[in-house]
Amino acid sequence: MNITATLLAQSVVFLIFVWFCHRFIWPFLRQAMRERQKTIADGLEAAEQAQKDLELAQERADAKLREAREEARQIVDQARGQATQMIEQARAEAREEGERLKQAAAAEVEQDVNRVKEALRAQVAALAVQGAERILSASIDRRRHSELLDRLAGEL
Amino acid sequence: MAESSGEYIQHHLTNLTYGRHPDGTWGFAANQQEAADMGFVAINVDSMGWAVALGLLFCIVFRIAASRATAGVPGRLQNAVEMLVDFIDDTVSSIFNHRNEIIAPLALTIFVWVFLMNLMDLVPVDWIPQLAHALGVPFMKVVPTTDPNVTMGMALTVFALILFYSVREKGPVGFLKELAFHPFPKILAPINFILEGVTLLAKPLSLGLRLFGNLYAGEMIFILIALMYSGWMIGVFGGVLQWAWAVFHVLIITLQAFIFAVLTVVYLAQAYEVEEEH
Repeated sequence: MNITATLLAQSVVFLIFVWFCHRFIWPFLRQAMRERQKTIADGLEAAEQAQKDLELAQERADAKLREAREEARQIVDQARGQATQMIEQARAEAREEGERLKQAAAAEVEQDVNRVKEALRAQVAALAVQGAERILSASIDRRRHSELLDRLAGEL
Repeated sequence: MAESSGEYIQHHLTNLTYGRHPDGTWGFAANQQEAADMGFVAINVDSMGWAVALGLLFCIVFRIAASRATAGVPGRLQNAVEMLVDFIDDTVSSIFNHRNEIIAPLALTIFVWVFLMNLMDLVPVDWIPQLAHALGVPFMKVVPTTDPNVTMGMALTVFALILFYSVREKGPVGFLKELAFHPFPKILAPINFILEGVTLLAKPLSLGLRLFGNLYAGEMIFILIALMYSGWMIGVFGGVLQWAWAVFHVLIITLQAFIFAVLTVVYLAQAYEVEEEH
């Protein structure tokens, strides 16, 4: 266990190994590690971003869906309202038509009545004249007494 | 076991030393006395061999991971290596707040390399020496960090880095001022200088000797436990002991590697910090 030149040899070898490590080992490993650290950090960030994007898209889809549902509801409401309105309108029209028909019928009936009345009146006048003719024979001039007869017919 | 316990322990604690004999010839030392006679002009072939091999293992494995490193999905090797790199990077950046590209790789190298060298301690103490013996190699100490040359070699390199960065950051005058005018007022400069000098010198000494001491003691206990494998009953007891000590040692070797790396970073951070004058 003497101190020998081994001491110096060990020093030299030690320095060579340190130099080798410094030159050929350490920088490469550190470089790779730093790069990987960056890659992982970037990846995590990207994942987070994607997550955020996904949430945003989900939200947007939800909003769209809500909107569509709302729109559909509105359309249905509108259609229902329209249908009610149409029915109402149809009903009103029908009522009106009925009314009109009724009135027309009434007018026709009145007309008929009048016509019949007229006819009857004429017939009555004719009958009266006939009767009078028969009663008075030919003594009465038809033309002279027509005014009188007309007045008579009008009073009927 | 033909040899005595003393010889067994002695054998396990002897490095395979190559150097110049006192008579001027070069060769391996046959025993500890011959190794001691060689003085400084000798090299512990086993310590250096294992240290270099383990250092190369670190370099190759990490280099493979580094060259294959991509920002994509990491494989198993890359995951393991990156975990270590991240751990060291966190530790260093929490201690060292200045710009210096060399500190973190330095800490990584120390941590992994020292850990690997310590790890050799968990290989049962006889396996590799016996194998070496069979191959005709007389001594084989497989744990480089139980060799003070190895730990002090690293500690002194760290010390050199401390001095280098101190002088570079503060200038020679600034560095000397820091040593002389601290912690007492300027009048007591000589005392300050002695105090700060001791503090400074204690850094590499404690760094190297702490690692050496822990691992040497651990190795020693493994050797002592290995001595028990002579009888049947006591052998089983030894096996249990060895297992228990190895489990505990897993903690020690990791901790010591970590302490060496962290203290290096702390000392270098101190080299950068300008302390206020008193």
